[in-house]
Amino acid sequence: MSQAKRTSSGTPLAGVPAASAADRLADLLRRSARGDQAAFAELYDATQARVHGLAVRVVRDPAQAEEVTQEAFLEVWRTSSRFDADKGSALSWLMTICHRKSVDRVRSAEASTRRDTTYHQQNHTIDIDTTADAAQSSMEAQRVRKAMASLTDVQREALELAYFGGYTHTEVAGILELPVGTAKTRIRDGLIRLRDKMGVGS
Amino acid sequence: MSGDIHALSGAYAVDAVDDFERAQFERHLAGCADCQAEVDSLREGAALLAETVSQQAPPDLRDRVLSTIETVRPLPPLFADVQDRARAHRRRLPAMVAAAAAFVVIGGVGATVWHPWEQPSSTGFTAAQLEQATDVQVLTKELDGGGAITVTRSPSLNSAYVSTHNMPRLQSGRTYQLWTIHDGVEVPAGLVDGDASKVLVEGDPGSAQGLAITIEKAGGVETPSTDRIVAAFDFPES
Repeated sequence: MSQAKRTSSGTPLAGVPAASAADRLADLLRRSARGDQAAFAELYDATQARVHGLAVRVVRDPAQAEEVTQEAFLEVWRTSSRFDADKGSALSWLMTICHRKSVDRVRSAEASTRRDTTYHQQNHTIDIDTTADAAQSSMEAQRVRKAMASLTDVQREALELAYFGGYTHTEVAGILELPVGTAKTRIRDGLIRLRDKMGVGS
Repeated sequence: MSGDIHALSGAYAVDAVDDFERAQFERHLAGCADCQAEVDSLREGAALLAETVSQQAPPDLRDRVLSTIETVRPLPPLFADVQDRARAHRRRLPAMVAAAAAFVVIGGVGATVWHPWEQPSSTGFTAAQLEQATDVQVLTKELDGGGAITVTRSPSLNSAYVSTHNMPRLQSGRTYQLWTIHDGVEVPAGLVDGDASKVLVEGDPGSAQGLAITIEKAGGVETPSTDRIVAAFDFPES
């Protein structure tokens, strides 16, 4: 029941109605769990640009981003049986894995260069449009940008620093000079508004 | 501050937590369906953010990914209800072991739900691989109430299965349930019939220090019934 609700609000792939695209990803994951490599290749083709784009955005270093993309897809393959369509969409499940891998990478020691103070001080506001050079200007991306534009400035900044910057909410509070403990509320409020504007996850 | 833990759902959903907060929040999530549902829904929205930074991966990455997966087997499924309980409930073991002697056979016809190790063969992982692991351990216990249970485990593969033989049939609405013991805390590890071959132990039997089996109501429960313990194993140090 909830599955039908979820799939009807998934992310559309180009030229494919939303519901069937989400169903297709879920189906590809299920087949992957049974060892179907062709299904996994199809899943890779359908999602690689988003997965790699996120890895590049968070990790920044192209070589490391490639490693993260590869690790993320391996994890998707290995744990595909753990995907539960009742809990959410295949895309969300997959992007959650990719995001976690990216954040783990960027927080590890060798990524310390990214965290220089110059970056903190000068670039604490991230503009999605300018950082997404290679982004496909899909209609979906435009909808997301529009939804993000509806957030308050501090909600948007906090969410972007957390999601794309890979910062913890405590670090976000420091960067935005918010009282400790309030950044997590801004992140949550921003996510709720994004979710509701996009009509997903409920 | 702990009254405030729900507020961490957003930060947790986008990995904006440190390791300590993550562990803390995951303990909270295990018992808070509202927070779990909220995290799931917030992740749906967050996943769409990647749409705005989409970027083609290099073509040769595809080849690398697809050739690597040939060497990696997909994990077998967890059963959702058991998986949830693995997160949901943790309690102390000692009372359980003390109560072992109190095991009472319950007569009647079994109508238990159990999950044999019957993954599709295409996953490529077999009980034989476990049996051939260099560090395989095979532990057997005869039960006071009749029958026997054998655990076959490989710490290095983080894998184990249980076989049961002629254990007392349970009355309708009852099942045997497995528990792995982690630092004195038991974690639900699946359901098993009284006469079953090679039932996969869920969770992380590789890092567990022991395994217990109890009689529970059909479908399994979140905390073991300490007065219905059938057997408890201590795993040898590996």
